[in-house]
Amino acid sequence: MSANAIQAGLFVIVVALLVKPVGAYLEHVFERRHTFLDPLLLPAERLIHRLIGVDPKREMDWKRYSLAFGVFGMVNVVVLYFALRSQAWFPWFFPKVLTTPMTPDLAANTAVSFATTTTWQAYAGETTMSYFSQLLLAGQNFFAGAAGLAVGIAFIRGYARERTTTLGNFWSDLIRAILWVLLPTSILGSLMLIAQGVPMNFQPYTIAHTLEGATQTIAQGPVAALELIKNLGTNGGGFFNVNAAHPFENPTGLTNFLELLAIVVVPAALTHTFGRMVGRPRDGWVLFWTMTALFIAGLVACNLAESTMHPAFARDIVGGNMEGKEQRFGIAGSALAAEVTSNTSTGSYNAMDDSFQPLGVAVPLVNMLLGEIIYGGLGGGLYGMIFVALIALFIGGLMIGRTPDHLGKQIGPPEMKIVALYTLVAPVTMLSLTAIAVVTKPGLAGLTTNTGTHGFTEILFAYASCFANNGQTMASLNANNLFYNMTTIVAMLAGRYALAILALALAGRFASMSRRPPGPGTLASDTITFGILLAGTALLLGALSYLPALSLGPIVEHFSMHP
Amino acid sequence: MTQKPASLFDWNIIGPAIADAFKKLNPRLMVKNPVMFVTMVGAALTTVGIFTTESALRGFVAQLAIWLWFTVLFANFAEAVAEGRGKAQAASLRRARKDTMARRLQNGREVKVPAPILQKGDLVVCEAGDTIPADGDVIEGIASVDEAAITGESAPVIRESGGDRSAVTGGTRVLSDRIVIRITADKGAGFLDKMIALVEGARRQKTPNEIALTILLAALTFIFLLVCVTLKPFGIYSGAAFSIPVLVALLVCLIPTTIGGLLSAIGIAGMDRVLQRNVLAMSGRAVEAAGDVDVLLLDKTGTITLGNRMAVGFHPAPGVEPNDLAASAQLSSLADETPEGRSIVVLAKEKFGLRAREMHELEATFVPFTAQTRMSGVDLHANGTQPTMRVRKGAAEAVRGFVESAGGMFPQSVANTVDEISHRGGTPLVVASDMMTLGTIELKDVVKGGIKERFAQLRKMGIKTVMITGDNPLTAAAIAAEAGVDDFMAQATPEQKLKRIRHEQSEGHLVAMTGDGTNDAPALAQADVGVAMNTGTQAAREAGNMVDLDSNPTKLLDIVEIGKQMLITRGSLTTFSIANDVAKYFAIIPAMLMVRFSEVAPLNIMHLHSPTSAILSAVIFNALIIITLIPLALRGVAYKPMGALAILQRNLLIYGFGGLVVPFIGIKLIDLIITALHLA
Repeated sequence: MSANAIQAGLFVIVVALLVKPVGAYLEHVFERRHTFLDPLLLPAERLIHRLIGVDPKREMDWKRYSLAFGVFGMVNVVVLYFALRSQAWFPWFFPKVLTTPMTPDLAANTAVSFATTTTWQAYAGETTMSYFSQLLLAGQNFFAGAAGLAVGIAFIRGYARERTTTLGNFWSDLIRAILWVLLPTSILGSLMLIAQGVPMNFQPYTIAHTLEGATQTIAQGPVAALELIKNLGTNGGGFFNVNAAHPFENPTGLTNFLELLAIVVVPAALTHTFGRMVGRPRDGWVLFWTMTALFIAGLVACNLAESTMHPAFARDIVGGNMEGKEQRFGIAGSALAAEVTSNTSTGSYNAMDDSFQPLGVAVPLVNMLLGEIIYGGLGGGLYGMIFVALIALFIGGLMIGRTPDHLGKQIGPPEMKIVALYTLVAPVTMLSLTAIAVVTKPGLAGLTTNTGTHGFTEILFAYASCFANNGQTMASLNANNLFYNMTTIVAMLAGRYALAILALALAGRFASMSRRPPGPGTLASDTITFGILLAGTALLLGALSYLPALSLGPIVEHFSMHP
Repeated sequence: MTQKPASLFDWNIIGPAIADAFKKLNPRLMVKNPVMFVTMVGAALTTVGIFTTESALRGFVAQLAIWLWFTVLFANFAEAVAEGRGKAQAASLRRARKDTMARRLQNGREVKVPAPILQKGDLVVCEAGDTIPADGDVIEGIASVDEAAITGESAPVIRESGGDRSAVTGGTRVLSDRIVIRITADKGAGFLDKMIALVEGARRQKTPNEIALTILLAALTFIFLLVCVTLKPFGIYSGAAFSIPVLVALLVCLIPTTIGGLLSAIGIAGMDRVLQRNVLAMSGRAVEAAGDVDVLLLDKTGTITLGNRMAVGFHPAPGVEPNDLAASAQLSSLADETPEGRSIVVLAKEKFGLRAREMHELEATFVPFTAQTRMSGVDLHANGTQPTMRVRKGAAEAVRGFVESAGGMFPQSVANTVDEISHRGGTPLVVASDMMTLGTIELKDVVKGGIKERFAQLRKMGIKTVMITGDNPLTAAAIAAEAGVDDFMAQATPEQKLKRIRHEQSEGHLVAMTGDGTNDAPALAQADVGVAMNTGTQAAREAGNMVDLDSNPTKLLDIVEIGKQMLITRGSLTTFSIANDVAKYFAIIPAMLMVRFSEVAPLNIMHLHSPTSAILSAVIFNALIIITLIPLALRGVAYKPMGALAILQRNLLIYGFGGLVVPFIGIKLIDLIITALHLA
């Protein structure tokens, strides 16, 4: 336990130390202020602007920004769909090993899934995707991640600005996100991964003869190229089926640490960017530490749950539940990965969620059901948490006897409508789709291994994961079929576009308002009390919305396993 | 209006309210409140369930149905009680509005016409004993008017043409003299009509915060509806078929019925509280805005200081005994009936024990103040017609002239004292007896007792106070410092007031002010909260969004508190309502699961007797909490002026934490009772 604590503690400390410099860097990048990479990147940016005809000074209002964001996503979906369907015509296609047929519904599901940073993989990478397709998907990781970050920044501008209709230029933000943030970090990180033994080649799979005389096909490929950006862009779709549990994706404890860090740093730092851009850094820190407190709580819960095991094994085995976990990560490394990936819209787990204890898997499940507000996906995490904050501030504002506001932006009926819709999207999508799946034939057909409460959890987990644009899965659910491919598309699109557009709509309204100056009579959003209120609101809203569903899944399973 | 606020348990109100609770079951009315509408639909479904359910559970479902209907009725009752309190007030107002005959002036001749046909711009005559037929402005004459019908104040008030006291209200009675009134309101749009409509809640519009809260509550209701609807298929999958009545019970317990049921009562009661303070708010929005105000523009006179200057000290000239100065000062003021004069007599008595003497004993004649002499005093006649001694007090320059013309001199030290007093913000009055300059009386504006503390509280609440005065900057600064206001505007003109309000608003502040004169009207209209004095002009009363019937500018502070209290009550009950859900989950979810999964027994942490008793207890608690909280909703959550953070912490503790704990206790108790009574 102490080793677990040290690893987790170190992780939190490193993240906390990086928040300030990274957050400040992001502010400089998106406010077009000086950064150390400017000499290198400004010419590149100018060239791209000229090529695609973008004038960064032509700013967009929230509708145009949403439109650009939506169109960009849809174009990516279409391009990916056709590229995947015709992957056999492109280089590096090895028909012998790529045995999963690229059906229209699988291609569509994969295309949507990557364009929304969900990277829900209804397939096994090494038996489905050609190296060319894998590279395309890696490229999509950049695009989708950057687009999400752009929306997050535009959302912050809604708070930072006064009496204007515009939120920035989507194309310019997108390009800056790629050039200044994702690309340099990915190059650096990938080189570090290669140094740790992650493969980067284009060779066919190696056929190995084992000592027992059996033959074994060892999958490989341009893994390092995908590996870092899948985390940095909070995508998470693995090169191999078992994702970050695979030794080629995540060979050592150090790579595990680095890859998890790559997931969290930018979303966590966005809190600081927010604080800086609105001119109230303390607000950013309260968001960060509230997230971190919830993060640690989930981590502790997951660790405790995984330190127990099924009572049937308790006589013979000591040391907790290692089923489905990698020896090199252990319980601590696995729980940390589960906690990190389930909070950040990144599906790159390194242990099998399906083999977790009921309460152990409840932790990532709850994280996703809460809406991934703890750090969260690139861009989306910040506004997800701020929407919760708006509810907390609304009720809190009434409780102190003032028309509620956040950072001087009033929360009146039109704003509350947006907040209410935002709050509704998640339960409507996740609960409805789960309800359909558990009582229809095609939905139940996905439960090939488990039934009962565990099967229920698997289905709920799948839709939570897709809606949260996370992509991790309790793998025994057989999701590569028409029903799941189509229904998860609905969840992914709702989780990505409905939420982003509502966030931009709110930002548009906030940008047009002037800011009421704070005073002793205003509800400050930079205090510990507010942090507690925020965390309480998040947990209460989540608990109230999902407790019945959770009780029919992990909770009953827990009580039947541990009577 | 000033009649005592109806007690919370007044049968004259409760009786009709019970009937109204049933009348309000009309679906067309219910649909305006999404939370209670869903509850009513649930109650109806459960009622149907009584007949479709298996006979063993029929008693349980019937009890559920009864309590669900009670939940709806309790909420309706809360609203009806709040409205009833207003109706009682409206009835007394109606009596004042009985239609009268008016004496309309047509081409200079009086013609008797019924009041309802009067139109804007008509001229009417009212004499002693007449009831003023409609709202208007006095354009000719002066009269004393009994306004008890609207203010409840029996002392008559003066209404006169020209000045800032020209507005008269329909339904009030002229007690003396004759006035000509120009009608300013058509039938039905008068002040009294507006007031009746407001009190009855007939024209009640939801305030922005109430709308926003309703949206949030509707969203929560929708989420819980979804939770319960999807539980049906989840239950089918899990092999636990949850029945409709049980799902409805869960739904009603989860949706925020407590705040949903009390929301409109809180709003109506808030307006009612404003009225009980004798302030007529033109809309709930204005009261709510008052709670948000962070800049108060306050007139100095009447709000910050007592209306008049008072003597606070005697400063004798060189060689004059303080006692002599006081004696002469008192003498000069004996017949001076102005408040200043009386304060001099009182001070002399307090400081030197000088008893007031009778004028006729001294054979003195009073010399009143005139604008020409700018002095007042007495002439003493010792057995003759010629004055033997002339005592005067007045402005320094005037007294200097008086003394010097008598051949005396005006000492430099007295001139210095005069300057010093002016610098302190006081008013110097020099006293002289014939050619002898005796010294100076210091008059001061007296700041109202406790006002400094009140401003300190306001500052803590985040409200900046700005004093408005016509005084020179020096005087203004001194009084501002003494009263503890944050800022002041000296020699303020109406234009400057308007400019100041615009400036504050441009910086994002919400501004409240009081005013009475016609030239205040633009500023009153510009301010976010403009409180017009009832004594003021019709223009001012139209421009403001509140009218203070008592014409007491300090009332603004009360209105701010009521505005805040309204929001706090809503916020606190919302928090309480949502926090309650945790305990209800712990009562109902295990009960629902137990039927199929007996292993979840440990989740029944309250050790409720049986699944049916658990569900029933939660539903009963949910209904009873509404009725329990009606007094709180009507009274409002107690408000103490303190910083935002302190209020938040306090209310979070009481209503958030309390809301988590109370239902655990309540549900357990109800479970014990219904188990003992063999109800479930």
